[in-house]
Formats: sequence, structure tokens, C-alpha cells
Amino acid sequence: MTAIIIENIKTKVSTTGKLEDLLISEFESTKNSLFGNIFLREQAMKSFYGQGIPNRKQEEYKYLNIDLHLKGEYTLKNNKTLASKQIEPLRILKDAFTIVVENGVFNTDLSTLTNLPEGLTICSLSEAYKKYPQIFEKHYAQYADINTDAFIALNTAMAKDGVFIHVKKNLAIANPIHIIHISKQDQNSIINPRNLIIVDANAQAKIIESYEIIDSTAKVFNNSLTEIVVEADAIVDHYKIQDEKSFGYLLSTSQVIQKKQSVFSTHTFTLSGSLVRNNLNVILDDEGIESNLNGLYLTNETQIIDNHTLVDHRKPKCNSNELYKGIIDGKSTATFNGKIFVRKDAQKTNAFQSNKNILLSDDGTINTKPQLEIYADDVKCSHGTSTGKLDEDKIFYLRARGLSETSAKKLLMHAFASEVVDTIKINELREYIEAKITIRFE
Amino acid sequence: MLIIKNLHASIGGKEILKGINLEVKAGEVHAIMGPNGSGKSTLSAVLAGRPDYEVTEGEVIFNGKNLLDLSPEDRAREGVFLAFQYPIEIPGVSNVNFLKTAINEIRAYKGLEQMEAKDFLAMLKEKQKLVELDVKLANRSVNEGFSGGEKKRNEIFQMAMLEPKLAILDETDSGLDIDALRVVANGVNKLKSKDNATIIITHYQRLLDYIIPDVVHILYDGQIVKSGPKELALELEERGYDFIKIPS
Repeated sequence: MTAIIIENIKTKVSTTGKLEDLLISEFESTKNSLFGNIFLREQAMKSFYGQGIPNRKQEEYKYLNIDLHLKGEYTLKNNKTLASKQIEPLRILKDAFTIVVENGVFNTDLSTLTNLPEGLTICSLSEAYKKYPQIFEKHYAQYADINTDAFIALNTAMAKDGVFIHVKKNLAIANPIHIIHISKQDQNSIINPRNLIIVDANAQAKIIESYEIIDSTAKVFNNSLTEIVVEADAIVDHYKIQDEKSFGYLLSTSQVIQKKQSVFSTHTFTLSGSLVRNNLNVILDDEGIESNLNGLYLTNETQIIDNHTLVDHRKPKCNSNELYKGIIDGKSTATFNGKIFVRKDAQKTNAFQSNKNILLSDDGTINTKPQLEIYADDVKCSHGTSTGKLDEDKIFYLRARGLSETSAKKLLMHAFASEVVDTIKINELREYIEAKITIRFE
Repeated sequence: MLIIKNLHASIGGKEILKGINLEVKAGEVHAIMGPNGSGKSTLSAVLAGRPDYEVTEGEVIFNGKNLLDLSPEDRAREGVFLAFQYPIEIPGVSNVNFLKTAINEIRAYKGLEQMEAKDFLAMLKEKQKLVELDVKLANRSVNEGFSGGEKKRNEIFQMAMLEPKLAILDETDSGLDIDALRVVANGVNKLKSKDNATIIITHYQRLLDYIIPDVVHILYDGQIVKSGPKELALELEERGYDFIKIPS
């Protein structure tokens, strides 16, 4: 009898045990095998444990009960089981340098990194830590602050590996660089992929990060973090394609720092995933900078898509433009929270933000919250948000010309999305996204 | 072609059409004139199937079919075309793409195969010329940023592409200068044949100098109160709408 009672208690403890405890015990047992500065990792773990997994009581996670979605048991093992042919459909750009990150770990065998131009370095973070210590130390974890967000802290503590990209001064790379983050899991798992991208002065690069899950039977909580450094006069065109289907629980942070007269454009396409939270933070740290933030999210069923952006104007004469659009269907929830700071020094700032949503169902939810904090007095800032159903007058006009109601609606949804899709500068990528959208609207 | 019998319709519970009777035969041009609020635009909206309007009584037979039973798209596919008084701007949808979709859905309804791309392009070219529509406008988003005149011309261009049996022009002349009016009228005249019919809804007589109607009807307070030859339009212009108020 006694034995049975003990068994029951054990089961109870393991199912109600806090995820934070699992993570810290895993951290303690693996920390000595991880790359980088162990002191930083310990600080980060301490910060994570102190902050805890956010819940709805925290302002930044008010619309996202991520703590509830993360309940359950997890493994932190990273198996390598992908076969080359499974990646083929995801190699969407013919001329790209492709990097495959499998379950958070750089997979050299599946990556195609031959004939890199002189001045372009692409390797794993653990390799970069050994081979390029100076530049690694200068930038790694210098921008994503472990004390501002629990997930930044968690990633900084536990990242097993990731991608290091360095484009040297004056080098303009014509071929896109495509990082395919791909997970394949048969147990609930947590991964913490990390990327560090440094584009030196007057250099140019196009970088695509795609997030995919294939051939899986369990959920993947992907806590990914990308730091991007855009030095003076550099031009960076950046894309995130998020298509993790129903097993995907993606927390995707981009921490960007821009220097004088640089141009950074980023485009986030959220096509699927049970839960997606994007934290996109762009710091405009000098004069004459241009930042473009575009986003499109198509939600359905019970999906939760939450986009948080921060544009931090710290110096004068910078321009930022932000356009986020969403089509919400089923019982899904979409959130847009766009913060713009214009600091006291940032005179002659132009900062524009727009968030537009189409609500297709009665059960969908949209939370939209523009937040402008302006401390300079000579600035041009505006924000606008709109949410509505598809325009009945437009539908009728198209039907009066012979289009069925369904094709009229499809045409209008395409038209709505096209404003964001048309900002894609890589033709092959634009066609890929258009095709994905067409399938979604079928 | 079109027989309207005792048509009553209302919007938001308010009756606008109070028993319209009208017959239009193939090859004819009918003009419907009337003051503001008489129900001219309601009539065109009801014929095209705009969802906000409720038909409370009467029937509309179009080539033997009960038009009011059909969805707006099926009415278009059967050959009814409404040139809108206020054409809608649809950013992001190209004119050409939209017309290609429309033509192919109409063809599918009739059991015909999709139109070949080269045939479509040839047709596009020919019809653009017919209504003197700038090639640039045809390739732009539907009506987006078009001037008033360009929008009206685009309506006639769409009509030319879709080749309807019955075209209803709802105040197509409003806001058009004399040159644009001539171009639009010219387009309509060229599209006229013994097999199709046109209903021109207008407030003023001027358009009727260019498109000569076979019959003119005067609509007042939801009913056709007077019908006559084209001279009726001139009389109306001269004497104003006041004279029709006297019960005849």
C-alpha cells in the first residue's frame, strides 16, 4: 500500500513542477559544455529565474498567457535526424547561401556555404567564439539585455549554438543569406537558437530567417534570439518567415542596433504556428538612419500571434516607417503593440506607424496598441490603426462584374496583403510568399 | 428582354420604389429621368442586386428568368451590367487581373472554356481604344486615384469588356465635362446593337443629345409618372421637374 501512495505523489510532483526548475537543473548539468562566457550565462540564468516566465499580470505580456501555453513536460535534447531531402522544399532561394539550423544547432552538412566571397564569414557561434574572439566579445549579448525580458535571459543562458554572420566593411553581397531554422521532434521540446549578424560600415546584405517544423509529433517551444548590428552607411534587408504549423510555439526576438546613416528594413511574415510572439527592437543610435518595419500575419483557428515592436529614436534626423497588417479568422487572436520612443536629442525625427486589420470571423480578437512617447519638440510622428470587416461595397462591386462572393473576397484579401508583400525586394521570395498566401485563402 | 412589374423596394424599412412598371426590348435605349430622391439609383441598385435593398412586392423578368432570384454575380453572368454612379476604388487589385477573373467566371457559368491569354490581350487593346482609355489606367489598381471622368470611362471600358445584354448607366454623366461626356457617349453608341439594350439614368438631358433614347420615362416618388418619346426630355429640361407634380 505504502509503495502505491509514494508513486502517486511522485507523479503529481513531476506534472506540477515549475518549468523554471526544469530549466535551471538542465542548465546546471550542461553549462560547462556550452560555448562562450560562463559568467554571462550564470548571470542570465539568475535573471531568468528572478523574472520567471511572464504571465498576463506583466504589462508586456498582457494579451498573451504564454505561461499557460508552456505548461507540460519538456526535453532539452537536440537530436540530429534531418535528411538532406527533407530540407529541399525549404531551399526557396536558388542563389542563396543557405544555413540549416536543426533543433537550434548549426548543421554544417546540410548548409551550402561554398564559395563565400572574401570578407563574408558564416559559421556557428561556438566556432566564432574560438576563431574570432575579438569581434565576438565586442558584440555578443551586448544589445539584447538579459534584464529587460525573461526570454532574452533564458536564451542567453541556454543557447547551445547558432549562426554567426559577419560582413566586412564595403562588401556588398548580392546573394541572399538564408538561415533555415528547422525543428523535428517527437517529444515536447525547448530550443534556444541564437544568431549574431554584424554588417560593417558601408557593407550590404540580405538576410532571411525562416522558421519551420517538419515531421514532428510534439510541440516545440522555440525561444530564438537574433542580434543584428548595422554599422554606419550599411544597408541590411532582413526577413522572417514564420511557418511552424500547429506544433510551433515561437518566441522570436530581434534586437537591432543601427549606426550613422544606415538603412535597415525588416519584414515579418507569420503564416502559421499555434503561438507566435515577436519582440522586434530597433535602436536608432546615431544620425541620418532609416528603419523600415513591415509585417503581415494571417491567423486562423485558435492561433495566437503577438507582434511587439519598439523603435527607439535616440539621435536627430532619422526616419522610421512601420506597416503591420493582419487578416484574422476563426477563434484566433492577434495583437500589435508598437512603441515609438523619440528621445530628447532626437530632433527632426520622422516616425510613422500604421496597423491595419481585417476581421473575417465573429470569434476572432484583435488587440492593437500604438504607444508613442515623444520627448523632442521638433518631430513629425504619426500612427494609425484600423480594424474592420472586408468592405461590403467593394465585394458588391466585384460581384456586380460577375465574380463569385468567394473570389471577390479572395481578391480583396490579396489586395490587402499586397501592400506588405510588395515591400519584399527579392523576387523569388515574394513569389514564394504570394503562393503561400494563395494557399491560405483557398 | 426586361419586364418590371409592380416593383416595390425599401431600404432600412423606408419604401423608395412604389410600384415600377417598365418593359425594355432588345435594341432599345430607355432613359429614366427624375429629381433627386425619386428612386433612380434605388432602381439600378435593385436590378443589380445590392444586398441592402429589400424587394417587398413585384417581379423582374430578364430574358425569361426571374432576376430577383439570382445573386448579383449571376445577374452579371446572365448579362446585366450596372455602370456605378460612384465607382469603387479597390487598391491592390489591378484592372486587368480583375477583368480577367470576371470574364473567366462569366465564361465558366456559361460552360465555356477559359479565355486564351493572347485573345484576352487583343480584346483588352481593342476595347481600350474604343473608350479612349489610357493604357496606363488599365494597368493600375481599379479606380485608385482616378479622376471622376477616368472612373466613368473605366466603367464603360469594363462594360465593353464584359459585353452585357442589358447595360444600366447610373448617372454616368454626372461630374463629366463635355469632352469626357462625348467620349463616354461615343463608347456606349459603338457598343449598341440590335441584341442588347441600354437604360440611361440621368438627372439632366445633356447626355441624351449624344445617346438618343427610344423612350424617356419620368420617375417621381418611386413611380414612373410619365413616358414618352425623346422630346419629353427636352420638355423636362425646359419646364423643370415641377410640371410633373401636377397630377395628369
